[in-house]
Amino acid sequence: MALTLYEKIFNRHVVKGLEDSYLIYIDRHLIHEVTSPQAFDGIRLNKRKIWRTDSIVAVPDHNVPTLDREQGIQDPISKIQVDTLDSNCVEFGLNQFKMNDTRQGIVHVIGPEQGLTLPGMTIVCGDSHTSTHGAFGALAMGIGTSEVEHVLATQCLIVRKLKTMQINVNGQAPKFISAKDIALAIIGHIGTAGGTGYAIEFAGDAIKDLSMEGRMTLCNMAIEAGARAGMVAVDDKTINYLKDRPYVPQGELWEMAIKDWKQLVSDKDAAFDQVINLDAGLIEPQVTWGTSPEMVTSISGFIPDPNLQSGSKKKSYLQALKYMNLEPNLPISDIPVDRVFIGSCTNSRIEDLRSAAEIVKSKKVAKSIKQAMVVPGSGLVKMQAEKEGLDQIFINAGFEWRQPGCSMCLAMNADRLESGEHCASTSNRNFEGRQGQGGRTHLVSPEMAAAAAIYGKFVDIRKL
Amino acid sequence: MEKYKRHSGVVIPLDRANVDTDAIIPKQFLKSIKKTGFGKNLFDEWRYRDHGEPDQDESTRQINHEFVLNQPQYKGGTILLARENFGCGSSREHAPWAILDYGIRTIIAPSFADIFYSNCFKNGILPITLSEELTQNFFEKSLNIAKFSLEIDLQHQKVIDGETSYHFDIDDFKKYCLLEGLDDIGLTLKNENDIQLFESQYKKNYPWLIRE
Ligand code: SF4
Repeated sequence: MALTLYEKIFNRHVVKGLEDSYLIYIDRHLIHEVTSPQAFDGIRLNKRKIWRTDSIVAVPDHNVPTLDREQGIQDPISKIQVDTLDSNCVEFGLNQFKMNDTRQGIVHVIGPEQGLTLPGMTIVCGDSHTSTHGAFGALAMGIGTSEVEHVLATQCLIVRKLKTMQINVNGQAPKFISAKDIALAIIGHIGTAGGTGYAIEFAGDAIKDLSMEGRMTLCNMAIEAGARAGMVAVDDKTINYLKDRPYVPQGELWEMAIKDWKQLVSDKDAAFDQVINLDAGLIEPQVTWGTSPEMVTSISGFIPDPNLQSGSKKKSYLQALKYMNLEPNLPISDIPVDRVFIGSCTNSRIEDLRSAAEIVKSKKVAKSIKQAMVVPGSGLVKMQAEKEGLDQIFINAGFEWRQPGCSMCLAMNADRLESGEHCASTSNRNFEGRQGQGGRTHLVSPEMAAAAAIYGKFVDIRKL
Repeated sequence: MEKYKRHSGVVIPLDRANVDTDAIIPKQFLKSIKKTGFGKNLFDEWRYRDHGEPDQDESTRQINHEFVLNQPQYKGGTILLARENFGCGSSREHAPWAILDYGIRTIIAPSFADIFYSNCFKNGILPITLSEELTQNFFEKSLNIAKFSLEIDLQHQKVIDGETSYHFDIDDFKKYCLLEGLDDIGLTLKNENDIQLFESQYKKNYPWLIRE
């Protein structure tokens, strides 16, 4: 029978069918400091053992400072959380990239970077953006803390089979249209609940054309379309990206593995529960204007008029515009921008920094911008960028060059917006208060964020 | 986990679509390493006019009297009524912990985000999916009738509004765990042998995935 990629991976992990769900085996468990302490407590409390410690890798990322971290964490509450992760890793004998290790970074950046993420794996992490790892033809899902505890204790997860959705992005994406724009355009099209209950497979020429980093950006945003998992089939790019990374199998095992990985594509006649087609050629640079990623339009667009909507949509539009302090029919290019944030597990990899730097090169951040910051996704991304001189390009332009972590994506550390400020952000969520109470987030690609810093507003990068 | 019992409670209407977990419990409260104590910060940014921090004395906060949780007629409510796609956003289980800690055991909405939905069950909260029309009907009642209450009968999968009762669907296994207050780790570990067997076969098939 013809199978989809999701079904192929799912089937090989079924330990047992339960009444109306399945017990599936988990290959990789990534852990960070925010969603794990209560899970370790549960393990201790119930005197349980960790099933397979070698499946686990831990890293602190949400709470870590992005400045002067060599001096330790100043915020006492954040410090407790990071220290708790440390002590749990010691107590249970788990592999951890500690805060000052160069391999430290955002959990979804370091997984692929270290080769901890492999095709065909089931990967979980107590973090919704675990969908990122699906870019490698893996089944990667965000889970809650109780499930973290469940996987620690049993190496398994109880799940229902998801429905499958194929999103074909056909044709060629025009110049300056990045994976982020494709992701936002998809969410604008299907809505933030459009993927609920589905595993989305992204396919089509425009997806094949994306680099692995672009595919990660896209799968990262699958959760913003409501889908628990996003995935892309394995091809030569996947395999080339992984070759010789630290945790990737070597020698004979590598040969065996790639033979297997090449089968990790949906069969030709596989049936999806839903198929959506988009034309890449029509996608323009995207900017969100509201408080949900589906409230998005293109740079040449306008703030929509809530009065043209009805029912609960009208209501959410009104609430969003009130919160964002924006008027209907305002051109997107007239939205004021106060801060710029380039970072997060969506867009903090080396290619993101390269393309942002390309825009910034030999220019200066506009005077009206209060702060523009670049937060690399990992210590290794930071090192690579510095080797290429990208840090100097940013610093010379007036950007702050920070240490890796989640930073202003969710503002758990000191990096945050003040109330009322508008931010051009490469992160993934524009929810109320996400980047600081009262903060107003506009999601964009790294190029668009970089240009917003230079021009003090959103500009059409295609016309620069 | 406490067993989920048949009960009736005042309905709290939260008239917003796409309520995300950042709104349910803002990130500054995620720094706690405990599971309890989040109730006072449930919907913090809507509930209070000032910015809240963990360990802050509640009595010093500026209450937003317009927000539904602060309106006297909904005090003590145990059933949250919400709009579509409730609980979207991050996977933080602090969201159901906050809801539970506040005293809410049931959430009714036309739809829920996946991760939040499954997190509810792990914490003894029952999320009930009902049609748009029916939730709209309950919204109108809870806005117009003082102390509008519903009775929830999980055993028979019914939401009871006075004389009328409405059926809701729920996965049998989840229902069983809620009713019995069962921790599903214990249940899964009953399959320990199956997992071990699976693992040894798996190791043979995919030797690069499990290394000694
Ligand atoms: S960068 Fe943002 S979205 Fe990604 S893991 Fe960190 S907080 Fe979550």
